Amino acid sequence: MRLKITHKLLLATMLTAGTVSAAELTQLNPAKSQITFVSKQMGVPVDGRFKKFDAKITVDPARPEAGKAQFEIDLASIDTGSDDADSEVKGKSWFNAATFPKATFVSSQVRPLGNNRYEALGKLTIKGTTRDVVAPFSIKQEAGGALFDGSFVLNRLQFKIGEGAWADTATVADEVQVKFKLFVTGASSTR
Amino acid sequence: MRQAQHYTRTAIALHWLMALLIFGAFPLGVYMHELPLSPTKLQLYSYHKWIGITILFAAATRLAWRFSHPAPAMPDMPRWQRIAAHSIHHLLYVLLFAIPISGWLMSSAKGFQTVWFGVIPLPDLLGKDKELGNLLQAVHEALNFALLLLVGAHIAGALKHHFIERDDTLRRMTFRYKGGA
Ligand code: HEM
Repeated sequence: MRLKITHKLLLATMLTAGTVSAAELTQLNPAKSQITFVSKQMGVPVDGRFKKFDAKITVDPARPEAGKAQFEIDLASIDTGSDDADSEVKGKSWFNAATFPKATFVSSQVRPLGNNRYEALGKLTIKGTTRDVVAPFSIKQEAGGALFDGSFVLNRLQFKIGEGAWADTATVADEVQVKFKLFVTGASSTR
Repeated sequence: MRQAQHYTRTAIALHWLMALLIFGAFPLGVYMHELPLSPTKLQLYSYHKWIGITILFAAATRLAWRFSHPAPAMPDMPRWQRIAAHSIHHLLYVLLFAIPISGWLMSSAKGFQTVWFGVIPLPDLLGKDKELGNLLQAVHEALNFALLLLVGAHIAGALKHHFIERDDTLRRMTFRYKGGA
């Protein structure tokens, strides 16, 4: 009798272990992913996005707490909606993309919030400044992978994004809403 | 239709309010357009849009008022002058709608919503579309060039009546005008 239980346990463990490794997702699908942001100019929300970013991710949508992620965003790929603004924000007073071409995010922990909501804690580095950020997100299982959908508020002045005259928050607000939708697939799936 | 003896005070007030706003919005539009991107530029764009939308609302009010309160007859003048004056007045009404609406649509297409005085958001009637935005900017510019010509002719006409014909045409657009045919 005792032996039987051990057997069952062993079997169960093997089964779960098997499903876990099969469900581990590692490939970011850039075509189905997006990193966008909403800034407020003169009180009016204005949308923008980054066209180029990459990530190293290992995550099991069934156990996101064990997941790890590392992001690199190509700041020169910014699209603010106007050519004037695109070249301006790559300049010294904004991202200074010539010296600091990339923004990075390295996750340190993922915490469950319940109801399929989680939050990723980690370090965000932009323009030589590193800060802790917390980004809540949800997970949606889809064919071939999972969609991680979340957002957080970035205080641009903490990273000196917009210096000098641009530090005026009456014209461009300090808070910038950063939104991400990341579609991550298994290693074997083709892009 | 009953012929009025003079313009109502409301019509006169709206006329000069719009003149003032146009003389603000027009040079502001030209000036801000030339500026390099800066916080000041963003502020001026907002002010321009706010004044422009105010002109749109004033134009709507004025047109509604005009339909319910007929204008006084024009003084005696040659037929061609009467036709020219009427045409210019009609075209000015058209432009005072078309220019702000083109600006509004341009802003939507460029992805910069218009929020009147930073308080009342106007709906984006067009989705974000860069090409369309640039096209509407060209339209806005062309209509403004037409406005410049028409306002020039309008003012020249008014001054000619005042100083050469020495009639009441300009005077009756003022609050102090007591006459009447
Ligand atoms: C009767 C009202 C208006 C007048 C007389 C007016 C006049 C002008 C003029 C003269 C320019 C400069 C054109 C150029 O040099 O390119 C301009 C530009 C502009 N106007 Fe208006 N405008 C009016 C209403 C509006 C409204 C209601 C909006 C938006 C809600 C608007 C948005 C703009 C924008 C965004 C530009 C700059 C285009 C650019 O440089 O990208 N305008 N306007």
